[in-house]
Amino acid sequence: MGLEISFWILAVVTIISAVAVVWLRNIFRAALSLILCFLGVAGIFVTLSADFLAAIQILIYVGAVAILIILAIMLTREVEKGSLSNKLKIPVLVTTLLFLGVAIYAVINTSWSVVTLPPQEPTTSAIANQLFGRDGFVLAVEISAIMLLAAIIGAVTLMREE
Amino acid sequence: MQTSVTSFNPTFAFNTLPPDWPGNFWLHWLVFTIILIAFIIVSVIMFIWFERRLIGRFQIRLGPNRVGPFGLFQAIADVIKILTKEDIVPQKADKVVFWLAPLVALVPVLMVFAVVPLQSGAMLVDLNIGILYVVALSSIVSIGIFMAGWGSNNKYSIIGAMRDVAQLISYEIPLVLSIVGVVLLTGSLSLTEIVGAQNIPFILLQPIGFFVFFIGSLAEINRCPFDLVEAESEIIAGYNIEFSGSKFATFFLAEYSEAVLLSALTATLFLGGWSGPLLPPILWLLIKMFAVFAIIIWIRSTLPRFRIDQMMAFAWKFLLPLALINLLLTSLQIVFWPEASSWIIVLLSFAILVALILVWSKSFKPGGNKVGI
Repeated sequence: MGLEISFWILAVVTIISAVAVVWLRNIFRAALSLILCFLGVAGIFVTLSADFLAAIQILIYVGAVAILIILAIMLTREVEKGSLSNKLKIPVLVTTLLFLGVAIYAVINTSWSVVTLPPQEPTTSAIANQLFGRDGFVLAVEISAIMLLAAIIGAVTLMREE
Repeated sequence: MQTSVTSFNPTFAFNTLPPDWPGNFWLHWLVFTIILIAFIIVSVIMFIWFERRLIGRFQIRLGPNRVGPFGLFQAIADVIKILTKEDIVPQKADKVVFWLAPLVALVPVLMVFAVVPLQSGAMLVDLNIGILYVVALSSIVSIGIFMAGWGSNNKYSIIGAMRDVAQLISYEIPLVLSIVGVVLLTGSLSLTEIVGAQNIPFILLQPIGFFVFFIGSLAEINRCPFDLVEAESEIIAGYNIEFSGSKFATFFLAEYSEAVLLSALTATLFLGGWSGPLLPPILWLLIKMFAVFAIIIWIRSTLPRFRIDQMMAFAWKFLLPLALINLLLTSLQIVFWPEASSWIIVLLSFAILVALILVWSKSFKPGGNKVGI
């Protein structure tokens, strides 16, 4: 009962703040509602007993990604008015609706396998075994690490003085 | 040395509280919320008094000594003064953001205290991701500082907030990496088990980790010498220029709660937390917290403020390599030499720490050493 109430509160907060990200003219406030959206997702992870994922969601998305977005906004001038020269409203609407349709179609037509087991406790070691253990996803982890490294090197190269 | 996870200090086994002391879930929640809020507010008031008296000592003067015995009630008088001040909101401020900023800065700090063990089992909730929860939530605080800087519509506020983000992003990485050493030794993220695993305080087994953690968290809570965020001589007061009355008081409370939190965490992670002989556990925790805070005040009254480029260079060129080396050494020791006597490890770690500091400090010269960021 309590779980359902908290799920619905979190779901409503997440969706409203996600809509607000698009709706608000003031980019700084939009970034703040993006943070609220991330926190709502973290809360939903908690209701699913995925405590490790919830903490990582806050640490990475709120603590790093959102802060970098806000930093970029602060370095830009006259952001309160939004993007004045932007004429991409209609194309964005069309692409978004297309993507939404595809996503809903995929979700509805997938046969989700439901696990009846109780959630694992603690989740940290289970995730670590999946990621780094034998027959795990260690290749994907390594590939994403190399991609991040390449991105860092690219950023350094772009910013390097002569 | 891999200490066993469940080896609690046997002397205090009888002091261990059941997880839902006293009674059911809601009663536990209510009692501990009240205990924690009282604990935070009383500690903050004591810390303010302690800091002002100690700073007085360092500067060869008396410090506050008029209100109450030894000036103990000075902080309370200050709180009453601040709360009765006029609450001014600038006309061109972003009102909603301006109103929310102090709360966003304060609430995460209060939430973090839920996992700090005051004695064995005496905590609001014993999360098995304890230290990760602490790191995650304390990163939200700087969003409150951001909101304050942006919402005030004042250029000094924005400069202060920008400095905060530069500092936060740089110092969070070595800070988290230094905690990983402790987690490796314990084999758990839970703060209760970290305290339980410290037969020898981790400051002896992890001196490099302690060094990096302490400096990194000084930067996280914007204490001297990392107080560029509110550098009075350059940008007046940084992000909280436009705040007055109870909003300013909330920021002040958030700042000092962070100092209390840092002291409690340093005590828990590296100094053995509540465990200790003779005295009751909570008293040991308080003694360790005040000892850590005394060192923070000592640093504040001794060192000058960093310049921003020095601050960045220090994080990326000094602390980050040190944290990585510490992580590497700890994992090597756990994998290849788990049966090593702890005293050899203690001696070796201190020798490595001294050698690393000596070698690295050669590349930092006072005055020059300009770094572009």
